[in-house]
Amino acid sequence: MHALVIDDSRAMRKVLSKILGDLGFSVVEAGNGQEALERMQSEAVDLALIDWNMPVMNGYEFLQAVRAQPSWADVRLMMVTTETGIEEMTKALAAGADEYVMKPFTKSDLVSKLGLMGFRREATP
Amino acid sequence: MTSAAPKFESDFDFLRRLVHERSAIVLEPTQSYLLEARLGPVAHKAGIPTVGELLRRLRLERYGPLHRSVVEAMTTNETFFFRDLAPFQALQKVVIPAILGNNAASRQLSVWCAAASSGQEPYSVAMTLREHFPQLTQWKVELHATDLSDEMLERVRSGSYSQLEVNRGLPAQMLIKYFQRSGVRWTVKPELTSLLTVRKVNLIDPWPNFPLLDVVFLRNVLIYFDVETKKKILGRMKRVLRPGGYLFLGGAETTSGLEDDFERVNFANASCYQLRGPEAK
Ligand SMILES: C[S@@+](CC[C@H](N)C(=O)[O-])C[C@H]1O[C@@H](n2cnc3c(N)ncnc32)[C@H](O)[C@@H]1O
Ligand SMILES: [Mg+2]
Repeated sequence: MHALVIDDSRAMRKVLSKILGDLGFSVVEAGNGQEALERMQSEAVDLALIDWNMPVMNGYEFLQAVRAQPSWADVRLMMVTTETGIEEMTKALAAGADEYVMKPFTKSDLVSKLGLMGFRREATP
Repeated sequence: MTSAAPKFESDFDFLRRLVHERSAIVLEPTQSYLLEARLGPVAHKAGIPTVGELLRRLRLERYGPLHRSVVEAMTTNETFFFRDLAPFQALQKVVIPAILGNNAASRQLSVWCAAASSGQEPYSVAMTLREHFPQLTQWKVELHATDLSDEMLERVRSGSYSQLEVNRGLPAQMLIKYFQRSGVRWTVKPELTSLLTVRKVNLIDPWPNFPLLDVVFLRNVLIYFDVETKKKILGRMKRVLRPGGYLFLGGAETTSGLEDDFERVNFANASCYQLRGPEAK
């Protein structure tokens, strides 16, 4: 399984990459939505973890761009963000996010949400 | 107290005996570190200066509210929404569909969460029912949530959870559908809280008269009991469950070697058992 971690904080990217790496994912990182879209042109991604607030292209715009592209319909998208309002959450899910994790989170929170999306350790060689 | 206190008993041994007598929970000697951590707040709340003084009073006084809060403080309440996931998938895919058929004439469904802790488990059951079985609105559905701890029962009734609690295990779709925000907390909507009947039940004391139960969640509580207590409780479960009814245990718990009348239901790694029906006996 291949994952893309999108966050403008390098420290946060490291934390998320480590968790995914421990679960058996190979991981690439991007600092904003634009960079992430560029990466996705050249590599097939199974899962993206997406921060909301980022320069250049924010996570919500990235969500919309991915969901507008039929060939990316199978990519699973999880928001990981400090936006904790019901409105934001509703908006993200309506735009095609599969899950939503609020910052701050623990490793087990994130793992439990990945489990809900069908990603488990056993299933990720 | 049922058993006589030995002449010299350390504070921790006294506490172990108190907790075992009142809740059946077996504290391991290696858990003595819990003493300060768990009892400090109880002493503080009761205005007692030290844990040592608290224990002295517990030894001298008759069993009362102070003892009760100490027993409660020694329980482990960890829980989260859709814990282990597989049991709730089994509920959705196997258990409730079977009951919808079996009970079609009576249109009654009764479920008991027997160690509900802060409520994530009964509310996960409630969401599963609401989300996937709209026909149940035409049924008489009873969902009993019980626990030993008054503090936990208060939490179940309030249905109020922190951001950290709703972040764990709860699908975001369910969060926005069944919860409302109240300040920094998230509160379960009345359509779910109204499904629950919340009351105190100590599993080693007499149980209330439930209707014959279709499903019991008894998860992550037997693990704290000794073998005899586990056997007794599983034996009593046979009498409150409908023949063919379902019992969910925690991931590390089993009926095997304890009670032969339960048969494991094969669904992923869910710890789900079915009480043998009269025909199978
Ligand atoms: C670890 S929690 C399990 C919560 C939930 N069933 C789950 O699996 O996530 C254990 C609960 O069992 C309760 N408990 C412990 N001893 C009990 C007893 N003798 N009778 C009833 N409840 C008890 C505790 O108060 C605590 O809330
Ligand atoms: Mg950011």
